[in-house]
Parts: sequence; structure tokens; C-alpha cells
Amino acid sequence: MRLFEASGWGLRLERRPRASRIMRIVSSPLAALAMVITGFLVLGALGKDPLTAFKVFFIEPVSSLYGIGELLLKATPLMLCALGIAPGYRANVWNIGAEGQFTAGAITGGGVGLFYGAFLAHWALPAMLIAAVLGGMAWAAIPAFLRTRFRTSEIFVSLMLVYIAQLLLSYLVHGPWRDPAGQNFPQSPPFADNALVPTLFAGARVNLGFVFALLLAGVSWWFGSATAAGYRLRVGGSAPAAAAYAGISERANIWLAMMIGGGAAGLAGICEVAGPIGLLQPVISPGYGYAAIIVAFLGRLHPLGIVLASLLMSALYLGGESAQLELQLPSSVSGLFQGALLFFLLAAELFINFRLRRVRSSRARVPAPTAA
Amino acid sequence: MVEQLASSGGAVPRLVLQGISKRYGDVIANREVDLRVAAGEIHAVLGENGAGKSTLMKIIYGVTEPDAGSIQWEGAAVTIRSPAQARRLGIGMVFQHFALFETLTVAENISLALDERVAAAQLAARIRSVSERYGLPIDPQRLVHSMSVGERQRVEIVRCLLQSPRLLIMDEPTSVLTPQAVRELFATLRRLAEEGLSILYISHKLDEIRELCDTATVLRNGRVSGTAIPRQESNASLARLMVGTELKECHLEPHEAGAIQLELIALTLATEDPFGTALRNLNLRVRSGEIVGIAGVSGNGQKELQAAISGETLCEERGMVRLCGQQVGRLNPAQRRRLGFGFVPEERLGRGAVPGMDLADNSVLTGAGAGLVRHGLVQRDAARAFARATIAEFSVVCESEQARADSLSGGNLQKFIVGREIRLAPKVLLVAQPTWGVDVGSSLQIRQALIDLRQAGVAVLVISEELDELFAICDRLAVLAAGRLSVGVPSAQLSGEKIGQWMTGGFEAAACADLEHAAV
Repeated sequence: MRLFEASGWGLRLERRPRASRIMRIVSSPLAALAMVITGFLVLGALGKDPLTAFKVFFIEPVSSLYGIGELLLKATPLMLCALGIAPGYRANVWNIGAEGQFTAGAITGGGVGLFYGAFLAHWALPAMLIAAVLGGMAWAAIPAFLRTRFRTSEIFVSLMLVYIAQLLLSYLVHGPWRDPAGQNFPQSPPFADNALVPTLFAGARVNLGFVFALLLAGVSWWFGSATAAGYRLRVGGSAPAAAAYAGISERANIWLAMMIGGGAAGLAGICEVAGPIGLLQPVISPGYGYAAIIVAFLGRLHPLGIVLASLLMSALYLGGESAQLELQLPSSVSGLFQGALLFFLLAAELFINFRLRRVRSSRARVPAPTAA
Repeated sequence: MVEQLASSGGAVPRLVLQGISKRYGDVIANREVDLRVAAGEIHAVLGENGAGKSTLMKIIYGVTEPDAGSIQWEGAAVTIRSPAQARRLGIGMVFQHFALFETLTVAENISLALDERVAAAQLAARIRSVSERYGLPIDPQRLVHSMSVGERQRVEIVRCLLQSPRLLIMDEPTSVLTPQAVRELFATLRRLAEEGLSILYISHKLDEIRELCDTATVLRNGRVSGTAIPRQESNASLARLMVGTELKECHLEPHEAGAIQLELIALTLATEDPFGTALRNLNLRVRSGEIVGIAGVSGNGQKELQAAISGETLCEERGMVRLCGQQVGRLNPAQRRRLGFGFVPEERLGRGAVPGMDLADNSVLTGAGAGLVRHGLVQRDAARAFARATIAEFSVVCESEQARADSLSGGNLQKFIVGREIRLAPKVLLVAQPTWGVDVGSSLQIRQALIDLRQAGVAVLVISEELDELFAICDRLAVLAAGRLSVGVPSAQLSGEKIGQWMTGGFEAAACADLEHAAV
């Protein structure tokens, strides 16, 4: 494809003979850099001093121990959800409903904590974690079943189930689960101390969930590179016909990918409600499950990449909050940064398989043909 | 700015290429290629796959521009920048894979491809007149999906002829035709040449070139390795120009076949694909130590038959396919593999191998049962060793076992896949189009490997379009046409003529009773 042509030379977008290894590694950092530059151009156009804005956005939020704790705290659900959906994305199983599985996990795990917390004593937290993982899996099982049984698109089903899960939570905290002592606020009673995910260190809110996320990153690395199940997922995603040829069951792949995604998102959900929030309320996530999709791709579906990408995405959330407070910018500014990030990421991906080349224009060189 | 060439006596050649070079990245597709085509000449462009034939034709047809070199069309220097311009100059091209819409009629397809607007009634009349004049009978109102491959090719040829070209490029035109259809095509081409049309005939089939073409330009590794008058050459001397070394022929030792290892019993299979072919009552037996070939043009149920035998499509009844004495019609491919089944599919990249994975990982694809997966873990070291051994044994040209499958040439990847399946020690091996797009040297190697398997007592079933190949390596041959399978007859008792007749459906399908006397 010829992109641009002037007298004597032009630019041409051409397919690389081999995918570029370098671009594969630098495409994500490059996209992040382009996002930061664009962001500050926009802030500059709004009349904010870019340097101040940079400080407010990226430095101030993490300049205290508490701030660093917040960074890790917000990275936790992003990391868990993204690590959960990434194996599926490698396998062509497009679970985009992590937000719903997150909510389902919060409901089941939270329900166990609210109603059996006292009875279970110090087993309360493990039971809640397990219930949350199972809850997330159950929610993901619906699109998995419909896809394997009726060939429905898991993309739509998992997405629509997000709203159902949110409405279910809303119904519960407005109705049956509402705290009688809560002055009619739509929220559950707070979790008892034995039903809370413990924080990692004093003076910050980051909790055990972050450790779970790091563990999951390690396990997922091992799963993807060493296990036969991980291999089958990769084959199913990159060459469905080869998977059929090898006798790899598409059905098993879909179930496995959906269960990993649902379980991880459910775990993220309970770590959030039994962590910083401390109770169930109608809104428990600023869209972690959706942002995790960007995180997964920004991390190139690789566990290490996802760990780094979730830290960056978390920094964007914190920066957005801080900019809202100090620069009087609308809250949509972090959405803008997220959108720009995804946009640049997709653009940078193009250069893994394509390159720009300066060409001399043949039109200027060779005489025009004569029509026969 | 037309530059008239001083032609030193004789007619001006229709097309002259001088010093054409083209590179794609690091790959040099054409290097200083010269080519000269006279008016009314049938000129063969001969070469192995990857020799640069297709690139050269794309340059002539204006699909790609050369990096260097000049093109003269009827004495005038030209730059051909697009196929539309090539057609205006008078160059037509019939592609190997037809670009026809199955749901449209012949006339509609042709009208879509024409550069000018023509009224439907007038176009139909023109199609009729051209098709009658050159012995290419087609009905303009027929829907393409109901037409055979040979008929579709006629549509493409007529489409080109409607624009009264003076040069016709034909890319591997006979790869999909029955022997009879090839003969008809040659008669048409000769008539066209007599009327002054120049034809560039791309092929790697030496017999055809010797029969049809006036001159031949042979390409090897992107360069012209020689020109020849094919009628004065032997297959061996042409092959030497093409490959650069002497070739030896395969030899089939007489050999006693053993027990029945693969059996199809009244295999009937509906197809979900509206343009697929349903299989109707197929019966076949393959014994250990014999190679059975299934001839026929692709699209006659070949794809469906492969899927039914491999297990990618499950049969309605488990008794329809028997493998090593067991009823496997309802088993999946992995289960059939465990019973000793091996399969080389015709589609290498994407089915036989995962493009983005390296050769070690691609060994795991079918080698899981052979110790490459243990306790649910991929044995990476074992997989690498397996891939290394396959590469060495089948002289696969690649960087290492860590080269991605899509970095290999088609022939080398095919050698790897054939090697992988053979090294997994199957009792029954199904091979589809074993040497499709594979160069002459590698083809020979693959055929020899299949013959060695036969000697070792493996039951081998080969599905191929290449009759020469089937005759060279098969003990028995059957024909699959329109979803029906003929009886299997010893190859020695068959002629190409007979097979050709069968390929158009002129046979009694094999019934269970026929099998015994056929399987002598």
C-alpha cells in the first residue's frame, strides 16, 4: 500500500518478511509513551502546565507509602482479571465479561462472609475466597455452556451477563441483603474482621489479593509454557484446523478458558469487597473487568507483561483521581488516557508485521506507457 | 514516449523481458530474467516451486512492479502498473485458482470481470460465439456452483478471450483437469496459437510441456537456467535444467500385502457445506504393506473423505470406518491416532502444522502419545530431540528445530510433516496430496519414504490429483468422483484413459462384494 507520494519519493507500508522481534517487545512501551505524550498535549491545550500535570498525574499519587499501597491495590483486580482472560484470548475464547464474573464472585463470596462468617470463625476467609472463585466460574459457565451447546457468541453473552450480575447485586443490597442498621443506604452490613482480606502492611490498604495476583502470574506462566492444557489452548487459538487435526477438543478448550477467567475474576471481586470496600454496595468496580481487556493486550497476553501493564493502568486510575482533585479536570480524563492507550497499542501492533519504507517513486522515473 | 526498437529482420516479438529483477525483503524472486515470446508461440515457463515463475507472471500482468529491468510489448517499452493496464495492452491471465462467484451465473461472473460495461444480452451472445469458435462449450446462464472444475476453467479462458488478448498467461492450467479435459484444452490452445495468440504456459509437468510448447524458458532459484525446444528434449534433460541434478526414479518392488488395516464399509456422510460433496456408500480396503491411491479431482469428496477417515468429522455409525480391526467411526482424531493412525493433510500450514509455533512445538501436535507429553506436561526437550531427528532424517531445510513452521518453504514443511507422521510409527497412514507444490527433488524423497513404509508393512492410503504420482507408487488405484468411490484395481491393469473416464463418474461404484476380487 502506498501511503504518501511526492515528486521523486514516497512512503510505502509493506509487510515484513518476518514478524519483527524488536517491535513485538517495544510496541507496548511505545504505545504507553505515545499515550503519555498525547495526554499532555491535550492537558496543555486545556491550559494546564504539562509539567505540573505530569507531577500531579504520575508522581504525587505514589510519593507516599500509602500511595504505593493504592497503586498495588488497584493493580490487583486488573492483574487478576487480565491474567484470567489472557489464556482464553490466546485460544480464541473471547471472555469480555470479567466485570460480571468479578461481581458474581463478590456476591457469592460476600454472601458466605455475611451469612456464615460468624459460624465459620477463622475458616470464614478461605470459604469466602473459594465461594468467590466458584461464583465467578459459575457466571462464566453460562457463556461457556451456550457456546459449546448452541454456538452462541461468548462475546455477547459474557458481556450481557455483566449487566445481569450488576443488577442482581443491586437488587440484593437494595432488598434482602440490606443492612437494617444502615439508615436505608443500599448496602450490606460491613464484613466482620474475620471475613476481611488482611492488608499486607500497616498504613496502606493493599491486601493479600496482590499476593494472589502475583502467584497467579507465576502459575499462569508455567501453565502457558509447560503444560499440555496450555499448549492445547495455544493451538486452538492460533490454528483451529490444526487443533481439529490433532484431535484437540474445542469444547474442552472453551470450558477451560472460561473457568480460568471466571475464577480469577471472582477472586478479584471478593478481594475488592472484602478488602478496601468492606461491604457489598451497588457499585463495586470502576470498570476493572473492562480495563483488564486493555491490560491483557497491553501485556501482550504474557503474564509478566500483564503484571507491568496492570501497574501502568492502576497508575492511570490514581492519576485520574488526583487530576480531578488538583487540576479540576473531569473524571473522564482517565477514560481518555485508557482509550488513547488502546488506540496507540493497536497502531503499534501493526508495525510488528508491517514496516514503512521510503521508496523512490517509479512514476517520476519512468515515462508513461502508451495505450495499445 | 514510445521507443521503437530497431528489429533486425523478422517479426517484432510480442513480449520481451530484459534483466527483470525482483526481491521481497531478503528473498530474491527474480534475478536478471530475460524472456522473449514471439507472436503465435506457445512458450513454457518451467521451474520448481519457488523458482520465481509466479513472480515473473505477476510482473507481466502488472500485479507487481519489478525492481529493475525493462519490458517491451510489441516493440515498445512499457511499464505495466496494473492488471487493468495489462488487459488494455492485450495481456490476459488465467489463474490457477479461479476467482469465480459460485452463486452467480457464467455471464454475471464474466460481466463483473470485464473492464467495460456490456449489456447482458449482448454479453451472452458474445460468450456463446467465442465459446463455439474455440471449442469451449459453456452456457452463459448456468450457475457456476453446478459446474465442474474443467468447465470453470473454460469460463476463465472465455473471459480472457472476450477481451481479444494477444498474450495469454496460463498458470498451471492442468493441475485440476482430467486427462481428457487436458487433451481438449491443448486442442483449444493450439487453435488459438495458430490464430496468432501468444501463450505463456506455466507448469512443472514435463510431459505436457513437451507435447504442447514450442519453446521453454527454465527458471531455477529466480534465474534463467536455460532455454530449450521441449520437443527435442527428454523429461530427464528438462528436469536437469529445472533441478540442477540428475534424478532417479521410484521403484515399486513386488510385495505381498498383509491383513486389512483400514476399511470403509458403506461410508455415507452428508455435508453441511452447501458447496461440499456428500459421500455416498464408499467401500474400500487397505492392507498392510500396500499403497492404495485414490485419484480424482479435488472437490469430488476428497476433503470429506479425509475428514471421515481422520475423525475430524464423525460418522453416523461406528462401523463405517474400521482401523486395525476396530470400529472407529465415532472416535475422535486423537483416539484414532492412539490406535496407530497417521495422517498428512493436504493443507500444511494451519492444519498439518501451526504456523506461529516452532518445529519442536509442532512435533507435540501429533506426538503427544509418543512421549512428548507426560503427566500433562509438554516434554520440551523430548520434542526438540524429536524435531531434530525428523529434520535430519528427512533433510528438512530450516534454521533449526526452533524455526517457526511458517518460515519453511512449502516443500520443506511437507517433508517435516510427512517425516513427523512416519516417525510416529503408524500402522495406517493417510496422505493427501503428498507432493502438491513440492519441488521435484523433495517429491521423490517423499514418494520413496511412502514406498519404504509399504515395505515395512504399513497400510498407506494416498489421495492425490497427480495421476503420474499415483501410478508410480500405488499397488491399487480407485477413483473418487462426485462423492462415489470406484472399485480398487491394480495400477498395472489400468490406463490413464480408463481413470480419466472414471474421474467423470463413469463407473460402477464399489460394493462390498466387489472388494474381494478387487483386492487381489
